[in-house]
Amino acid sequence: MSDMRTPLSRVRGLGSAKKGTEHFFMQRVTALANIPLMLFLVGALVVHAGSDYATMTAFLGNPFIGLIMLLLIVSAVYHMRLGLQVVIEDYIHGEASKLLALIANQFFAFTIGVACILAVLKLVIG
Amino acid sequence: MTDQTTRARPLSPHIQIYRWTLTMMLSILHRATGVALYAGTVLLAWWLLAAATGPESYAQVQAVSSAWYGRLVLFGYSWALFHHMFGGLRHFIWDTGRGFDLKHVEIIARLTSILPLILTAGVWVAAYAYMGAF
Repeated sequence: MSDMRTPLSRVRGLGSAKKGTEHFFMQRVTALANIPLMLFLVGALVVHAGSDYATMTAFLGNPFIGLIMLLLIVSAVYHMRLGLQVVIEDYIHGEASKLLALIANQFFAFTIGVACILAVLKLVIG
Repeated sequence: MTDQTTRARPLSPHIQIYRWTLTMMLSILHRATGVALYAGTVLLAWWLLAAATGPESYAQVQAVSSAWYGRLVLFGYSWALFHHMFGGLRHFIWDTGRGFDLKHVEIIARLTSILPLILTAGVWVAAYAYMGAF
């Protein structure tokens, strides 16, 4: 059926969803970003194990720490949204339930993302 | 297709037919840990929002995270994070087109099973050391 495609469509290589390799590429980019960001978070949590409220909020209130936290949130939420989308597409076959699950995935990821960003901004800006 | 009766059609072999292998288990675990990490971001949001809200809210987080069940969840979460991370590194190796022969697949599979366990243990020993347990 490749002869049914126009030369322009073939050279663009975006496929039927018109997104090309965007999902795959962003999944890899966020995965790569998550490695140092998550290692930072784990390290920070270990060092602050047993820290009280004042120490912890002073740490999270530092703009440089806040920047890393914001990058972490955006990258992690983007990554997990892509990941769960694939899981839903693989296991949920009913059109209606699949669509609802995909929408729920968007809502969950955006809510978590915005909630975390709001908290970090408040901690940094006060 | 006027005949609507369901006929017993041959099915392709499913998971339980195959001999259990490490690579198979890791493939399943990569997904399972991914989904667990997804759900667990609720805890990350709760922790950050509580810190931004005030000492009373933060005390609730500390109460749960220092309880045995909180520790268990955090321990599991840290392992899931490392396991998923090493699973991702495995995929990065494969993305370069390398490591597909059975010998290397097996070596990488063993490393990505063991290293997350060692790192998780190390992180918790360090965390308890910072809490003054030793």
